[in-house]
Amino acid sequence: MRELGYAAILVALVMAIAGAVIAIVGTRQTGRPSPLARSITYTVAGLLSVSTLAMIVALVTNDFSVSYVAMVGSRATPLGIKIISLWSALEGSILFWGWVLAVYAAAVVYTQRDRDDAAVGYATATLLGVLVFFLVLLAHPANPFAPVNPVPQDGPGPNPLLQNHWLMAVHPPLLYLGYVGMTVPFAFAIGALAAGKLDHQWSRSTRRWTVAAWTFLSAAIVAGMWWSYEVLGWGGYWAWDPVENASFMPWLTATAFIHSTMVEERRGMLKAWNVSLVVATFLLTLLGTFLTRSGVISSVHAFADGPIGMYFLVFIAITLVFSLALLAGRIDALKTEAKIDALASRETAFLFNNLLLTVFTFTVLLGTLFPLVAEAVRGVKVSVGAPFFNRMTVPIIVALIFLMGVGPALPWRKAAPGELKRKLLVPTGAMLLAAIATLVFTRQPYVVLGYAFVAFALASNLQEFAFGARARMRSLGENVVAALGRLMLANPRRYGGYVAHVGVFAMAFGIIGSSAYLTEREWTLRRDQPVEIGDYTLRFAEAWGRQEPHRFVVASDIVVSRAGVTVDTLRPRMNFYNTQQQPIPTPGVRSTLREDLYLTLMAFENDGSTVTVKAIIEPTVAWIWIGGLLVMIGGFFGLLAPTRRPPRPPAPVRGAAVAAPASYLDTVAAREQEEAMR
Amino acid sequence: MNRTRIAVVGGIAVVVGVFAWLLWGGIDSNIVYFLTPSELMAKGTGGYDAPVRIGGMVQDGSVQWDKDRLELRFNVTDGQTVIPVFSKGAPPQMFQAGIGVVLEGKYQRSGVFHSNTLMVKHSNEYKPPADGEMPAEMYKALTRGSQS
Repeated sequence: MRELGYAAILVALVMAIAGAVIAIVGTRQTGRPSPLARSITYTVAGLLSVSTLAMIVALVTNDFSVSYVAMVGSRATPLGIKIISLWSALEGSILFWGWVLAVYAAAVVYTQRDRDDAAVGYATATLLGVLVFFLVLLAHPANPFAPVNPVPQDGPGPNPLLQNHWLMAVHPPLLYLGYVGMTVPFAFAIGALAAGKLDHQWSRSTRRWTVAAWTFLSAAIVAGMWWSYEVLGWGGYWAWDPVENASFMPWLTATAFIHSTMVEERRGMLKAWNVSLVVATFLLTLLGTFLTRSGVISSVHAFADGPIGMYFLVFIAITLVFSLALLAGRIDALKTEAKIDALASRETAFLFNNLLLTVFTFTVLLGTLFPLVAEAVRGVKVSVGAPFFNRMTVPIIVALIFLMGVGPALPWRKAAPGELKRKLLVPTGAMLLAAIATLVFTRQPYVVLGYAFVAFALASNLQEFAFGARARMRSLGENVVAALGRLMLANPRRYGGYVAHVGVFAMAFGIIGSSAYLTEREWTLRRDQPVEIGDYTLRFAEAWGRQEPHRFVVASDIVVSRAGVTVDTLRPRMNFYNTQQQPIPTPGVRSTLREDLYLTLMAFENDGSTVTVKAIIEPTVAWIWIGGLLVMIGGFFGLLAPTRRPPRPPAPVRGAAVAAPASYLDTVAAREQEEAMR
Repeated sequence: MNRTRIAVVGGIAVVVGVFAWLLWGGIDSNIVYFLTPSELMAKGTGGYDAPVRIGGMVQDGSVQWDKDRLELRFNVTDGQTVIPVFSKGAPPQMFQAGIGVVLEGKYQRSGVFHSNTLMVKHSNEYKPPADGEMPAEMYKALTRGSQS
C-alpha cells in the first residue's frame, strides 16, 4: 500500500505539472481549452483517488509500515474511526485536501467541456497549478507514505477529540468541501483575467460553484459549533479561536461575493470588486490552512508544528502577487457599466452589505493576526480574546441583520415611495412589537436591537414568500401549497436565498438567547442530595466507570426533575484515553426548543461518593442548529436553478441540467425582460 | 456629484468612522498580555486590576481545594516569584501540584491573583502511562461493566 500510494502521488505530481503547462500553451496557441489538459485532469483525480484509497486501506488493515498509520493508527480503534483518522493529522489531511481538490478540478473540467473559450483553458491551468502545490507538499514535507523502520507493533491512535463524537465524521469533510471548493471560483477568476474576457461569463460560471462551496462551508462551520458544544464541555459554541476565525473569514468574503455578484449580473457594476472578493476568499482559505497547519497558533485544531508553514507562506505570496498583477493588467476591462441611481435601491443595500462584510472580515483578520504581529514586532506575548471580537462584531452583525430585512423590500434601480411603504409596513410592526416585548425583560441595547431586527428581517423575508404566493393564487387560481412550491421552484436562487436568510435569523435568535440569558451553577454533589437550577431539580444518583476497548469512561447519573416529576436522567461523562493525560468530557444535555440543560462532570471522588458538576441553562440554543440546517437547505435549494435556457418549443431535457451554468443568466435576463414588458 | 452619490459616500464614511472609533477603544483595552509571575511583579502597581494571562508551575504543597465551596487556592511560580492564586470552580481533572498552568484573570490589590480561567498545560503527544497511572487502575472502584 505504501509504494502504491506514494507512486500515485509522484505520477500525479508530474502529470499535474505537465497538464498545467499544456493547458497554458495549448490555450495560448489555439485560443480554446486543450482537450489533453482535460484528460490529464481526470487522470490526476484518478491517481489521487488511488492514493487516498491506499491510505484508507492501510489505516483499516493496521499497516504500521506507513508513517501516517504509525502516527495515528492503533489496533484498538474502532473501524469507523480508523477511516476518519484520514483527517486526524497533518499529512492525512493534506492528502484528503488534494483528493477533494482533484475531484473538484475534474468536475469543473467535465461541466465546462462544451465551452471553448480561452478562460476555461486558463482556469484548468490554475486548478492544476494549485494541485501541483498540494502534490509537492505530499511528495516531500507532508508525505503520509514515508517508510517506518522498525515497524511498530501498534500505534497511539488518533487524537481523542476526534474519536469522541460522530460530528467529527461530518465536520471535517464538509469543511474541506467548502474550503477547497473556493479554489474553483478563484480558478474561474484567474481564467477570465488571463483570457481578458471579463464579461458576465466568468461570474456566471463562478456563481454556482461559489454557492455550492459556500453552502458546504456554512454547514461545516455550524457542525463545528455544534461539535464544540457537544464535546468540549464548556457550554459554548464559538470562542473566536484563531481556527474558527480561519474558517469564518473566507465565509464572510464568499457571502459578500454571492451578494455583490447579483449587482454585477443586473447592473454590470462592481466587476473589479467581485474578482477581488473571489481572490481574497481563496487567499483566506490558504491563510487559514497556514494558521492551522503550521503550528504558529496553538488551538484545538492545530497539529503540532509542521514543516509546511514556509511552503504555505511562499504559495500565498506567489498567489497574491500573481493575482494582483493580473488584476492590475486588466483594470480597463473591469470598468463599471452603470452607476447607482438612487439611495433606496437594492444596489445600495448590497453595497452596504459588502462594506459591512468587508469590515467584518478585516476585524476578524486583525484580531487573529494581532498576537502574531505583536510577538514578531514588539516581542510581547498577547492574546486577543472574545471581548475584543464581541465589541467589534456585534454592532456589525446587528446592522447586517437589519440590512437583510431592508434588502428584499427594495427593488433594483429605484424604489417608488408607495412600494417601499407597503413592503416595510408589516416588518416595522413586527420590529416594534419585538422591541416592546424585549424591553419588558431587559434594557441591554444589543439584546433589544438584536431581537427587534431579527423580527423585522424575518417578517420582511417571509413577506416575500407571502406576496409571491398570493399573486400566483390570485392570477393562476392555485392553492397555497402549490402556489408556494411553484413560486420557489420558479426562482430557486432567490427563494433559496430567503430560506438561508431565515436560517441566519434563527441562528441569531438562538445566539442572543443563549448568550444573554445563560444561567450557570456549579456544585459538589453528595448522593441523593438535591440541588436546584432554574426550575429544575438535580439529584446525583450514582457514579460509575466502564472500561471500553480504547478508553475508560467515568460517568455520573443525574436525575433531572421538574415540578416534582422526573423528566430525564443525564449522564455527563469523562473519557480517559490512554494517549492523552487530559480526559475528554461528554456533557449530558437535555435539549428542547425552549432551552437546553447542559451538565458537565468536573471532578469526582475515586470512591464515587461525590461528584462536582457544572450545570448551565442555555435558552434557545437549539435554534442555532435549526438555523444552520435552514441555511444549508436554502443554499442547496438555490443550486436547483436551471443551468441552461430551456430549448423552446421542446420541453427541457432531463440531464442537460448538469452541464455548464453558462446560460443561467440568460434565463434570468429573459425572465427580467418578461417582467419589464408586463 | 449627485445627491445619491453624496449619500452613499457619506454612508460609507459613517460605517468606516464608527468602525475606526470602535477599534481605537477596542484594541487596547481588550488585549491580554501574557506574562510570567516575575514580569507581573515587575510591573508594580501597574499590574493591578488589568486582565492578564500568567503562566507558571503550581507550587508543591500549595494546593487547597474546598470541594463544597468550590474554592481553589494555590501558588503559581516561575521559579523566582511566587503569586498566590484564588479561583472559583473545579479545576481541570489533571490539575495537581507541579503541573504547568496558564491563568487568565486580574491581580488584586490584596496581593492575590483572581483567576477566572485556569488551563492546564499538557502535551498531546503520546506518552505511555506510568505504572499505576492507568485510569482503569485509578478508578477501578467505580467500574460497573453492565451499565449502558
